[in-house]
Amino acid sequence: MSITQLPSPAVAAVVAQGLTKRFGTTEALRGVDFEIERGKVLGLLGPNGAGKTTAVRILCTLLKPDAGRAFIDGIDVLADPRRARARIGLTGQFAAVEERLTGFENLQHVGRLFHLRTSEARRRARELLEQFDLVDAADRVARTYSGGMRRRLDIAMSLIGRPSVLFLDEPTTGLDPRSRLGMWDVIDELGRAGTTTLLTTQYLDEADRLADQIVVIDQGTAIARGTADELKRRVGGDLVDVVLADPADGRRAVELLTPRACGQGKVVLGTTTVTVPVDGFAGVVPAVVRDLDQAGIQVVDVGTRRSTLDDVFFALTGRPAQEADDEPSDDHPEAPTSAPETKVEAG
Amino acid sequence: MAVAAVPTATPVGGDIPRGFTWAVRDCWTEASRHLRALPRNPEVLAFSTIQPVMFVLLFAYVFGGAINVPGYDDYLQFLLPGIFAQTVVFGSTFAAVGLAEDTTRGIADRLRSLPMFGPAVLIGRTFADLIRNVFTFVVMLVVAFLIGFRFEGSLAGALAASLLLLGFAYAFTWVNALLGVSVGSVEAANSASFIWIFPLTFVSSAFVDPRSMPSWLEPIARNNPFTIATNAVRALYNGRPPGADLWLAVAWAVGITVVFAVLASRRFTASTR
Repeated sequence: MSITQLPSPAVAAVVAQGLTKRFGTTEALRGVDFEIERGKVLGLLGPNGAGKTTAVRILCTLLKPDAGRAFIDGIDVLADPRRARARIGLTGQFAAVEERLTGFENLQHVGRLFHLRTSEARRRARELLEQFDLVDAADRVARTYSGGMRRRLDIAMSLIGRPSVLFLDEPTTGLDPRSRLGMWDVIDELGRAGTTTLLTTQYLDEADRLADQIVVIDQGTAIARGTADELKRRVGGDLVDVVLADPADGRRAVELLTPRACGQGKVVLGTTTVTVPVDGFAGVVPAVVRDLDQAGIQVVDVGTRRSTLDDVFFALTGRPAQEADDEPSDDHPEAPTSAPETKVEAG
Repeated sequence: MAVAAVPTATPVGGDIPRGFTWAVRDCWTEASRHLRALPRNPEVLAFSTIQPVMFVLLFAYVFGGAINVPGYDDYLQFLLPGIFAQTVVFGSTFAAVGLAEDTTRGIADRLRSLPMFGPAVLIGRTFADLIRNVFTFVVMLVVAFLIGFRFEGSLAGALAASLLLLGFAYAFTWVNALLGVSVGSVEAANSASFIWIFPLTFVSSAFVDPRSMPSWLEPIARNNPFTIATNAVRALYNGRPPGADLWLAVAWAVGITVVFAVLASRRFTASTR
């Protein structure tokens, strides 16, 4: 993969060019490019081990790439890491709060290390406690905070120096569902306020909800990019799920229903479910049932839904997004491997 | 690597302060993080006070009657400087555990991504540990006095001995700092620091005369820097001439500090992990 395109500093707050990193025999990144426009949220989406955190660590000056370049506000992070550090705020995978200090002290501490004046650090600390709904907990040591509170304090700490770019590495991993929704509101608000953000996540709904642009990354390579809608359109915007009575009918059902699939969409077979991408639902459900009925294939259930990024990920890689999931997903286990050639270029 | 046009920076915010004053300020900010937390952590405080007191009493009363050391009528006068030395060196292991904790909790990553003087994280930590060690040492000294320990020499000598003890422990704090930023977990840091500190402090002149050890062990104990420091400290407290041990001990302390401070700082600020 060659890099010919130059960064466009006027718009791009973050530029990553051909990032490559190898750990021993593992290729964590194999030439990843992306840019983040000022004021936008980029979602770096991929399963565990895809290389998301490696990319964040390189951009945050914590890791040197084997090849490639990275810029924050036009500052080369490899050549001038300290100047780059003055522009970024990092919220890593663990809530990096000092448990023995109070919320206020944590904020003040990072503010001082950002070399704010003492009075400014205090003022910013109070402001952020307010913004992140931590005023009541301000004088309690962080050890007593809940997971969601720690995360909010963590993000507040990365904002104290008014960074030009915020990095959020899997900000909701390990949070309970309620805290997760709360965190989404926080990130949403930051995004609306125009904070340039790089968000990594393995949750497709999260990227869908929060990111302006998404880069899907898998095994160290960017395999697709675009807005959530653009990516969904790629598999067909609407889906019909047909649940078969007998899994043995699967292959035949796929053949029968393929003519019903729209555009470049593919009919996907799970253990008992056949998913058909369609262009609008009008008349589709009766038609599908009729097709199968005439062929003597028994149908248990038919449902319609909008496609999710899960469908996108599966269409791109031939694998579900979260293989590490404990509960077996009977959505698409043994689907046709249509993986890497579906690679699409920048949108 | 062919570089075409380097994009220009859009000015946001001011310049990053550099230079000595800011480096010192960063060190102090980091030290104050630990110092502020110290009184809030009852376990650490307990460890810093109860354990040394327990050591003084245990060793003094368990071994006190059983061991005779040539040159000393009162074993306490021989033993207690050794216990002081061992306790403050034990106290240096907090750095390993604390820095490993910072690393595993992501605090180290946050700090390394700030526009600060990187080694300040380690300097601040070791300084805070030194302050805690001073506290431990004073508590221990009071207990020692209560059970009959006395400065047999000049007050200046005793002061010099105390400074040497704390300086020597400070040097070992840097060894532990290197361990703390190198190992991957808090548990590993804990065992990694004690695994060498136990032999270091026991194969020494801290509790017995090395001449009483097997002949293969004796030269090891005799040349152990911990022995040299203990001998110097013991001589000073008892009003005897420390001889070359004093300068050797100072040289060891300075040498260890410089070497391990450089290694630990490099390790911490390197962008390799």
